[in-house]
Amino acid sequence: MSENKKIEFSIEALATAKKIMARYPEGKQKSALIPILHLAQTEFNGWLSAEVMDYVASLLSIKPIEVYEVVTFYSMFNSKPVGKCLIEVCQTSSCWLRGSDEIVAHIKNKLNINVGETSADGMFTLKTVECLGSCGTAPMLQCGADFHENLTVEKVDELLEKLRNKNERSSYLKSMITDR
Amino acid sequence: MAKVTIDGITVEVPDGTTILNAARQIGGEIVPPAMCYYTSLKDSGGKCRVCLVKVTQGSAKDPRPMPKLVASCRTTVADGMVIENISSPEVLEARKGVVEFLLINHPLDCPICDQAGECDLQDLSYEHGLADTRYEFERRTFEKIDIGDKIKLHMTRCILCYRCVLVANQLTEQRVHGVLDRGDRAEISTYIEKAVDNDFSGNMIDVCPVGALTDRTFRFKSRVWFTKPMDAHRNCTKCCGKVVLWTKGNDVLRVTARKDRYGEVSEFICNECRYEHKNLADWVVEGPRHINRHSVISQNHYEKIDLLKLKKEVERQLVFQKGKQLPPANQSTTYSTENGNSQTQTHA
Amino acid sequence: MGKKLLLEHINEPGIQSFEVYRKKGGYASVEKALKSMKPDEVTEEVKRSGLRGRGGAGFPTGMKWTFLDRRSEKPRYLVCNADESEPGTFKDRYLMEHLPHLLVEGMITSSYALGAKTSYIYIRGEYMYIVRILEKAIEEAYANGFLGKNILGTDYSLDLYVHPGAGAYICGEETALLESLEGKRGNPRLKPPFPAIAGLYACPTVVNNVETIAAVVPIINIGGDEYAKIGVGKSTGTKLISASGHINKPGVYEIELGIPVEEFIFSDEYCGGIWKDRRLKAVVAGGSSVPILPADLIFTTAKGEPRLMTYESLADGGFATGTMLGSGGFIVMDETASIVENLYTFSRFYHHESCGQCSPCREGTGWLEKILHRLREGHGKKEDVDLLVSVAKNIEGKTICPLGEAAAWPVASAVKHFRKEFEEAAARLQLSAVQKAELATH
Repeated sequence: MSENKKIEFSIEALATAKKIMARYPEGKQKSALIPILHLAQTEFNGWLSAEVMDYVASLLSIKPIEVYEVVTFYSMFNSKPVGKCLIEVCQTSSCWLRGSDEIVAHIKNKLNINVGETSADGMFTLKTVECLGSCGTAPMLQCGADFHENLTVEKVDELLEKLRNKNERSSYLKSMITDR
Repeated sequence: MAKVTIDGITVEVPDGTTILNAARQIGGEIVPPAMCYYTSLKDSGGKCRVCLVKVTQGSAKDPRPMPKLVASCRTTVADGMVIENISSPEVLEARKGVVEFLLINHPLDCPICDQAGECDLQDLSYEHGLADTRYEFERRTFEKIDIGDKIKLHMTRCILCYRCVLVANQLTEQRVHGVLDRGDRAEISTYIEKAVDNDFSGNMIDVCPVGALTDRTFRFKSRVWFTKPMDAHRNCTKCCGKVVLWTKGNDVLRVTARKDRYGEVSEFICNECRYEHKNLADWVVEGPRHINRHSVISQNHYEKIDLLKLKKEVERQLVFQKGKQLPPANQSTTYSTENGNSQTQTHA
Repeated sequence: MGKKLLLEHINEPGIQSFEVYRKKGGYASVEKALKSMKPDEVTEEVKRSGLRGRGGAGFPTGMKWTFLDRRSEKPRYLVCNADESEPGTFKDRYLMEHLPHLLVEGMITSSYALGAKTSYIYIRGEYMYIVRILEKAIEEAYANGFLGKNILGTDYSLDLYVHPGAGAYICGEETALLESLEGKRGNPRLKPPFPAIAGLYACPTVVNNVETIAAVVPIINIGGDEYAKIGVGKSTGTKLISASGHINKPGVYEIELGIPVEEFIFSDEYCGGIWKDRRLKAVVAGGSSVPILPADLIFTTAKGEPRLMTYESLADGGFATGTMLGSGGFIVMDETASIVENLYTFSRFYHHESCGQCSPCREGTGWLEKILHRLREGHGKKEDVDLLVSVAKNIEGKTICPLGEAAAWPVASAVKHFRKEFEEAAARLQLSAVQKAELATH
């Protein structure tokens, strides 16, 4: 958490990274880049700074620019800091047909932020996203790895309250690799 | 060998040749334009889509037409293939559409762009573009940045041909720039402020088809059509040493690699040749370089330069450099102004 | 009730676990294939089944498998495309979440047929919670001798890994997926070469959708011929349909290919009719990329026959009056839905997801979104309607990968079938502009 901390994985995360790298043939360790970036994003407060990206590049023995190119391509990687809980509301067709606009408006109102902004207390960042494959349970939002589906404004209120009380940083990664 | 017919003209080419290169062997108007393909850059091409052609017969063996227009720069020929380029209204229509796409977010700032006069996009829009735009939205813009002390990156003008990335991949060990973000937000960048600094970085400028990467040492010095391109060479330990000097009077305003009639460099040059020898005396001048563009750059008469006179001037400068007094000039003298800009005074 | 080949045991408590899955006959296809069939015989069964790729393109799976370069000395790979991102499609998620072992089993049997020693499941990053479910299933399969060295005592060995993406629709395109799996940006490759010749790490590779690989399991169990008896013509077997939008029962349904569209929408077994007792207005039958059809065209073909849930019947009439089965993402719109607004969400989607590599898609998708945004906001003009069609036409067929068509078709079809709505949207602004001018003068 501390800002002066040297950028490097915890022992457990490093072990996981090594395991991930072993899944790909020799000389193809670059394949591990995306999974390891997920790991890094979870380890380093939900976003990927230039220092973190450089560290990942050194782990995989690739050029830093190869990491920047990838990080900026994929929508799940944050290259700027985000709030503790990243709220991602789907807004494509089926979700829109079932009222995602109202959900977004409600959250904006409730947290007093616009899309792309972080609440004053640093707790929530609101993001709109494109189809998350939850069209049958629309409207929906994702926070970390969790899908929250069949949303109503009441459900959103409950969820925000719960997240605030839990006060935990959201992460896509619950567990990405098992021992084998 | 494969026999292919392009717009009714048949040519025999080695197997594995692309349609574009087969067309270039025929030459003339039937050659598709190319904005991203670059012969000497591995994996280039296929992206800009201006070279799309129609394959009306796949091969002698399988005469079926190809279902979609294909990128001629990345599609290899087959024996008996029949291709339509300018003879196909569909191709011309498609090309017009692609050119329009390339222009909707382009700033069209040719009057202040150093690339004007030798810009592939300018030529392309002149030939295939619409007279006015149907795009009424705000154009995409990026901040201008200096990537090192020699190169200016004008991302707003970029068409994302990827050539500069491929140059860096091919000629250097540590590529520090690349394509970031995606879609129409994609940009050429170093991400964190970093200079592109290696012996061959200047070639990024030469391969850029537009004015996105320009030579800072030539910035706003002159419109290219007021300069005289001269083939020249020197003994260089790093590269072939074969260049084009872009001169005004006796000043060397810019040094570039030599481009062929399709605007491609086959022998890249080092930064020393490009930036450190802006002096006629450092070079063996071979003569005027023929530029095959139909744009304004070819309209002045630099090719009529008197080689003998030039030789004399070189000798005169050499003497001057050795510390002797400058002999009287009968043509012109050059001097540098304080801000580094060169000017030429012509004596009567 | 239609035949269920994939979801038969989905409601079985504990079916996510190896134990229950095995008890219900799971992994029989692996036993049958590895112990009694040569790899090519497995491929042959898949060919006979008539199975077509369930990801959207509908290319015959068996044929795709035969294209794999088997003479190459290089390793071969099977990569499962679990990057399900086509708006309106959520069947693969449902299948992986509830029947992870069905996918693992299909991967083993298919890898055996293709001679792959290492296989990957590339899953979209947003489905991260399913990574855990799949990895647990894989772990159990290893523990029970269905993965790893010398599977079931045979000399066939296989390693299987799950690889998450990180948010990019384009990675559902198979060559972009391979680029991404190699740790790069998801830029589709220029073809040829096709993955069957030079795919992952330039080695011969087959990329198949989750549902396609799962379907290999019943095909091997009952035989290709039996499988082909289900369905109509070249649309054989069963298909998972993701139903969403304004219907009473959104969800994933396994249908026998060939049931009437009308039955699918109105029967209680499937969608259960339009919600809130409203009338049907339009359907996007195969995921956001396919042409939208108005109610009158979705039930009957141009010939006046009832339209069926098959590749051919949905496509009947071409783009004039037909559409496509695509990925089976079935989005239903009631009479209140605005076609302009819905199309705007699609165009925003394709603009957001364009990789930016080739110019028509990079520039064109953004242009489409901007025009639709202005129509939606009431700032558009009469010419916008034709401009939309023209821009879409200039993208279609000019791009490296099919995202160009995916972005163009919804626009072309929506304007074709609902032109009046677009013209009204354009007129709305003209009225308000006049009103504004009037207000200004008073």
